[in-house]
Amino acid sequence: MIYTAIVFLPILASIFAGVFGRYFDAKVSEYLTSGVLVFIAFLSWVVLLGSGFEGETLNTKINILTWIDITGFKANWIIRVDMLTAVMFVVVNTVSAVVHVYSIGYMHNDPHRIRFFSYLSFFTFAMLTLITADNFLQMFFGWEGVGVASYLLIGFWYKKQSAGAAAMKAFIVNRVGDFGFALGIFGVLYVFGSVDFDTVFTAAPDMVNNSFNFLGYDVDILTTLSILLFIGAMGKSAQFLLHTWLPDAMEGPTPVSALIHAATMVTAGVFLVARCSPLFELAPDAMNFVTLIGATTAFFAATVGLVQNDIKRVIAYSTASQLGYMFVALGVGAYQAAIFHLFTHAFFKALLFLGAGSVIHAMSDEQDMRKMGGIWKKIPKTYVMMLVGTLALTGFPLTAGYFSKDAIIEAAFVSQNYFAEYAFYAVILAALMTSFYSWRLIFMTFHGKSRASKDVLSHVHESPNIMLVPLYILAAGALLAGILFVPYFIGDGQQAFWFTSIYTSESNQILHDIHGVSAYVKYSPFVMMLIGFGLAYQFYIRQPQIPVQLAARFDTLYRFLLNKWYFDEVYDFVFVKGAQKLGTFLAVKVDKGVIDRYGPDGIAALVFRITARVSKFQSGLLYHYAFVMLIGVAVMLTYFVVWGAR
Amino acid sequence: MSEWPILSIITFFPLLGALLILLLIKEDSEQSKNNIRNIALMTTGATFLISLLLWVFFDNTTADMQFVETASWLGGNINYKMGVDGISMLFVILTTFLLPFCILASWRSVKNNVKEFMIAFLVLETFLIGVFSSLDLLVFYVFFEGGLIPLYLIIGIWGGKNRVYASFKFFLFTLAGSVLMLLAIMAMYWDAGTTDIVKLLEHDFPAEMQTWLWLAFFASFAVKMPMWPFHTWLPDAHVQAPTAGSVILAGLSLKMGGYGFIRFSLAMFPEASGEMQTFVFTLSAIAIIYTSLVAMMQKDMKKLIAYSSVAHMAFVTAGIFSANSLGIEGAIFQMLSHGIVSSALFLCVGVIYDRMHTREISAYGGLVHTMPFYAFIFMVFTLANVGLPGTSGFVGEVLTLAGMFQVNTWVAFFATTGVILSAGYALWLYRRVIFGELEKESLRDILDMSRREKYILVPMAAITILFGLYPQPIFNVTSVSVDNLIENYQADMQRAGLLSDQPRIKASAASASAATD
Repeated sequence: MIYTAIVFLPILASIFAGVFGRYFDAKVSEYLTSGVLVFIAFLSWVVLLGSGFEGETLNTKINILTWIDITGFKANWIIRVDMLTAVMFVVVNTVSAVVHVYSIGYMHNDPHRIRFFSYLSFFTFAMLTLITADNFLQMFFGWEGVGVASYLLIGFWYKKQSAGAAAMKAFIVNRVGDFGFALGIFGVLYVFGSVDFDTVFTAAPDMVNNSFNFLGYDVDILTTLSILLFIGAMGKSAQFLLHTWLPDAMEGPTPVSALIHAATMVTAGVFLVARCSPLFELAPDAMNFVTLIGATTAFFAATVGLVQNDIKRVIAYSTASQLGYMFVALGVGAYQAAIFHLFTHAFFKALLFLGAGSVIHAMSDEQDMRKMGGIWKKIPKTYVMMLVGTLALTGFPLTAGYFSKDAIIEAAFVSQNYFAEYAFYAVILAALMTSFYSWRLIFMTFHGKSRASKDVLSHVHESPNIMLVPLYILAAGALLAGILFVPYFIGDGQQAFWFTSIYTSESNQILHDIHGVSAYVKYSPFVMMLIGFGLAYQFYIRQPQIPVQLAARFDTLYRFLLNKWYFDEVYDFVFVKGAQKLGTFLAVKVDKGVIDRYGPDGIAALVFRITARVSKFQSGLLYHYAFVMLIGVAVMLTYFVVWGAR
Repeated sequence: MSEWPILSIITFFPLLGALLILLLIKEDSEQSKNNIRNIALMTTGATFLISLLLWVFFDNTTADMQFVETASWLGGNINYKMGVDGISMLFVILTTFLLPFCILASWRSVKNNVKEFMIAFLVLETFLIGVFSSLDLLVFYVFFEGGLIPLYLIIGIWGGKNRVYASFKFFLFTLAGSVLMLLAIMAMYWDAGTTDIVKLLEHDFPAEMQTWLWLAFFASFAVKMPMWPFHTWLPDAHVQAPTAGSVILAGLSLKMGGYGFIRFSLAMFPEASGEMQTFVFTLSAIAIIYTSLVAMMQKDMKKLIAYSSVAHMAFVTAGIFSANSLGIEGAIFQMLSHGIVSSALFLCVGVIYDRMHTREISAYGGLVHTMPFYAFIFMVFTLANVGLPGTSGFVGEVLTLAGMFQVNTWVAFFATTGVILSAGYALWLYRRVIFGELEKESLRDILDMSRREKYILVPMAAITILFGLYPQPIFNVTSVSVDNLIENYQADMQRAGLLSDQPRIKASAASASAATD
């Protein structure tokens, strides 16, 4: 009952706001949807804490409805709750509740805010169906549902051309990932004859080293399926090669960025891999691939984040980078650490985004950090909250990020994975860059001399409490989520905590092994953080001319980073323009030029030529004759058949 | 119910309405035009309600034909025979469901020759229902080809500027197929001695003959579907057709091809179907990629949707010839769903065409400002067209793809790219028409959907979502018949020694030895 309420209340609220909201004051929809979310966030905590941190106590499946039941394919709507789901409940509903409340303040001038709240609640519902899925098809439903919600919310300000374009891009790039995910599901069905999680996971060990024919090759079953599913995760979690949509998604309102593009939806890929740990764990080659992509993303996104000037884009790249960390953890088999980082990251990244929203709000919708600076005294509460978020993100000792991020770095170090060493260096360098760009953000935004216009500066104001209280809640999470939960998520209690919701093979002792790492590994993230802070301080407080000089001196490199490694340009040229050119070519040259020319038009021309010669008959109503002829043929042949029968 | 000739009643009820209009009303005033419209609407509405009885009294547990009626017709074993099973019944209902909306959609947009227009539609309905409910090959043929006549007229008389070219093209493509199919029917009659479909289903045609028959039927059905490269008549026909004509074309006419493939090609010529599987797969995979790309670059909304229909029908053909329950059930579902979704999309285009008299995409932009309700409805159908889970578009697509994967991973691979491409053309269309700043002066006072338009599109949207979330009622009807079809198919293939005995999964040497230990 409690689970059913958690899943379905948001959609009811969403429908109410969407259908009936317009008949009431906007406040009704705002408070209803937010109220529902606060309520189910509370329920989610009750579920997590009520479990006594024993995974065994959570093991429920609630059958809702038959979805598809035909020979060879069965999928039901089921709410599946285990510890992994419970943790995701807390993440999704807490952040969503906080974002709902924050949005009451942030969106209070928007004429379409009822629609906004309806979308937010719809998103929450879709996300909840994703994390409570009991089979791959249901997961795909939630997966695409959050995609649509994201599409609608990125394009919320539909007047902006750029918002429409970004929304479309997000959906289509995600669909590229879904292409892999869908093939993975078809493959699972082909191999296991079911899309049911339990059935598939139980049968998986029998498939080790077995192969099936895929695209003409005999390929290892579990490796292939895992990689196909992972391609879906790459799309949703904005991993290297499929990351291009995430920065553009910042066109959406900032609360959306916090909820969808930082804390919840983009972590769906991480959740997918953790949920499918019984498959991935048995497919070492797929795990290598996951590590490779995760590490590359962590590094790549951090380099781009170094030079961006839009405050939201810096955080967006930071998000992609942190998601890369999570995939490194998954790749080396430390699923628990990945989910732990997902958990802590949700708090501090949502905090940073909402904080940034508060800054943007104060700066009259300015997002360019080059036009900020020196405002910390004017908005001290926001400033402190941003500091908390930054400390947690950079892994300052005892903050949330410190526990989860360092665990990942250590896991990469001790892992035997083929790309583990590469991953270790990638994430340790990324840690340095994370610290640098995070402090760069703080210094450029809040410190130094202000570069904003007088007019803007005179309007700078602290946000109202309805926007600040959500920040305090998230800040509490950013400070405490690590230290309070570390024993259960990755510490000694982890086995009892996760129970069967995460599968690790007996040889996988990585969470145990990370306790044995040498001191220099243990302290290296801390050192990296200090170096990053020092550099940022030097560059943006003491000698602000240095970055300018560096940019001029290493112009090519600077542009390369500023233009995000030119991914957008290359993709646009190859895929977008390529598809458009091919489409035009097929439409003009093939459809009209070949098929029509030698098909109907050719025949028609021939018919015209012949008839003109024979009878000079020139009727525009040729088709009338044509079908009279057809009936004639039909009647004649019918008669023929009958006659032939006698 | 069995003593009532319910199928004949449903089939010929629209003719009754047509007769009524023909004899009783002279189109000479606004009032009389309205009377004509009302009679047409009531007739089609009543037909729909009566046809629902089929669903109510349908027996889900048998694969046999139901509601069978026989009357002697031409003698010589050629009878008038009607009946439906799980494969055909829902197509009858789809037909009766869509026709009232066709009438409603033409309420204001058809101003001249209302009488003839409505008669043409009612006659057309009879033919369409007949196609799906006839159990005699010759009766089927008469309905199948006869339906073209009112459709030609609808396009040719109430169509756009280039209607003559369009209907001529349509005719030329269809002609070759019809003649060949008729020849094939004759050949079948001579071989089996009957045109009774039920008996033909049990008859085994010689393998060599099957191939020729298969090709002859293919010529007809492939044009109807339409499959690549026989598709070029469709965009032209759609562009020229009035909105209601497009609904018939996309919603029903195309489905006759798919129905034919299942009922005749696959069920009667199994060995030939097996042989031709790769051929159909190849054409389907090309169609999905090719027509999606072409759709993306269209400047005319109707052409865009027409091309996307071709792509969606390619899922159907590939699904059918996968010859497994996933593929065929998926194909049937996809056809039913597409019948509603594409019809609705054409109706959506009709809504703004009626206001602005242009279908050029570039003539629109920012409609969400003035038509928020329209924007919402259009979004629902756009997402259904993209195959979003939770809409009916998803169920058919995912099942057909999964069905293909079982037999040929290559075709599944290429067909799945449709998932990306459909998002490309559909969302781009939506963005250009609906999103953005309202810049064009002419669009400034465009009105949102009228009540009549809502009556059409809201129920369709509701059904699209309902059957996306809970498609099981459809599968309950189709399952037994489809399973029976596949059993027969497998048995035939087994006998012909064509069944592949390759194992799906190859155990590695290591685990194989471990298993024997």
